[in-house]
Amino acid sequence: MSSGPGKGSSEPWGSFEESVMQGGGSAVIDMENMDDTSGSSFEDMGEIHQRLKDEEENPEPDPEPDQDQDFLKGFKGQLGRQVADEVWEAGKRQASKAFNLYANIDILRPYFDVEPGQVRTRLLESLIPVRMVSFPQKIAGELYGPLMLVFTLVAILLQGMKTSNTQIIGGTLMGTAIGTCFGYWLCVSGLVYFLAYLVNAQITMLQTLALLGYGLFGHCIVLFVTYNIHFHFLFFFLWILIGGMSTLRMVLVLVSRTVGQTPRLVLCGSVAALHLLFLLYLHFSYHSIVQGLMETLENGNHFEPMQRVARDVSQITLNATAMALSH
Amino acid sequence: MADDASKPFAGLADVSISEDIAVEGDISVPVGTSRRDEELSTLDEPVKETVLRDLRAVGNKFVHVLYPKRSSALLRDWDLWGPLLLCVTLALLLQGGASDTQDQGGPQFAEVFVIVWVGSIVITLNSKLLGGTLSFFQSLCVLGYCIMPLTAALVVCRLVLLLANNAVSFAVRLLVVGASFGWSTFASTAFLADSQPPNRKALVVYPVFLFYFVIGWIILTFSP
Repeated sequence: MSSGPGKGSSEPWGSFEESVMQGGGSAVIDMENMDDTSGSSFEDMGEIHQRLKDEEENPEPDPEPDQDQDFLKGFKGQLGRQVADEVWEAGKRQASKAFNLYANIDILRPYFDVEPGQVRTRLLESLIPVRMVSFPQKIAGELYGPLMLVFTLVAILLQGMKTSNTQIIGGTLMGTAIGTCFGYWLCVSGLVYFLAYLVNAQITMLQTLALLGYGLFGHCIVLFVTYNIHFHFLFFFLWILIGGMSTLRMVLVLVSRTVGQTPRLVLCGSVAALHLLFLLYLHFSYHSIVQGLMETLENGNHFEPMQRVARDVSQITLNATAMALSH
Repeated sequence: MADDASKPFAGLADVSISEDIAVEGDISVPVGTSRRDEELSTLDEPVKETVLRDLRAVGNKFVHVLYPKRSSALLRDWDLWGPLLLCVTLALLLQGGASDTQDQGGPQFAEVFVIVWVGSIVITLNSKLLGGTLSFFQSLCVLGYCIMPLTAALVVCRLVLLLANNAVSFAVRLLVVGASFGWSTFASTAFLADSQPPNRKALVVYPVFLFYFVIGWIILTFSP
């Protein structure tokens, strides 16, 4: 029922990393020297202390009933402290139960069980179309690779936005980049899963997430190259080559898991269209500033692609301003 | 069970012994007592001492980041004061970016905050999911403290930009930011990598690399 007087005075709200010895201390109860005033029975303790001091100065003739009173008061103090401790422990237990139920990241743990070699293999395989479509192709159900690819895409997008001096009104660059990439990954995966459910294809949500995530590897490569080297034809060439290869892989995997011509057409057509159009969108929406400047520079002449080399954008701005002023 | 461990003699509370019997024996008091006494006494010390003690702890961790070796100071006594200080400094120094027409040239204060803290949380979750042994706040502490080289690089960049804003200054800034980015990544991996299973170190290092790359990129492209 009672515990050492030390328990109430330690800090039960201490760091969670502390070892179990929270209430460690003297476990022997010394009822006579109860000058421990931190706890819920602060007033009682103070009163007793005062009473003891008064007794020292003015000794009273009838101590026994008072001693019982003191004992009861001290005991109640201990009890109060004990109750407070138990309420705290119960609250903590409730909180950790709720935390473990709702915020348990261990649910995601099996999807992150990968080795670096596996990730590397899967990245390279995402660009190589499979050969056999007669039996369902295996899709690795992991989330580490796709998540890292989405973040990489966000970083590349940010770099592209900064290079092209994009200005976002009513938002932030980072917010737009994250929203775009994560939105594409999650929403299009959901859409593909929904369509697959409609056409009765053998694919789970985790697999669509993984498939589309790894498909972003091609996007990352193309954008990384073309945000720095502003050749239009280069972009179209890479769009068709690398974008096409990763689309082809996704399409063939989906074909191997779907039965029937129309379902295959619906599913694969939508995936291919969304995948390729996304790459187109990413390139052009953050590229327009450079396009506009180039046209101003050449005064609407028929431009030759070979002249489009990577230049410092500030230099172009200076030239454009100079030309505009001189007209 | 835990209750029993913390109240070792709980069951004996209702045992009473009369006063004339001499009680003797050995009672071993658990080690926690002395620590509790110290904590009790810190209530009475002057505020200056408390603040100085915390500042000294933070400064000590900064020194550990400067010379990253395998020490456990950052991990054992983690605190989030240093990361907060660095984040606020970074966000304040990144204010006042190039504003042509609207005020969107530089990253806003909140943006930097969100990037740093959400990025740290994502990396921490990732390392925990991959089987890491560091706790949540320990990882946050390490990642936050390792932003220090990048903050120093930002200060240098601002000074360089005060002098000139041409190709040479860009090259200097690129060099400084690149070096500090490498230093940050190296320092944080020195602390984090030990807690991971040995074959998955690369998987944990990559997001850290990306995180500091994004911050370094924001610093590099900042122009007042």
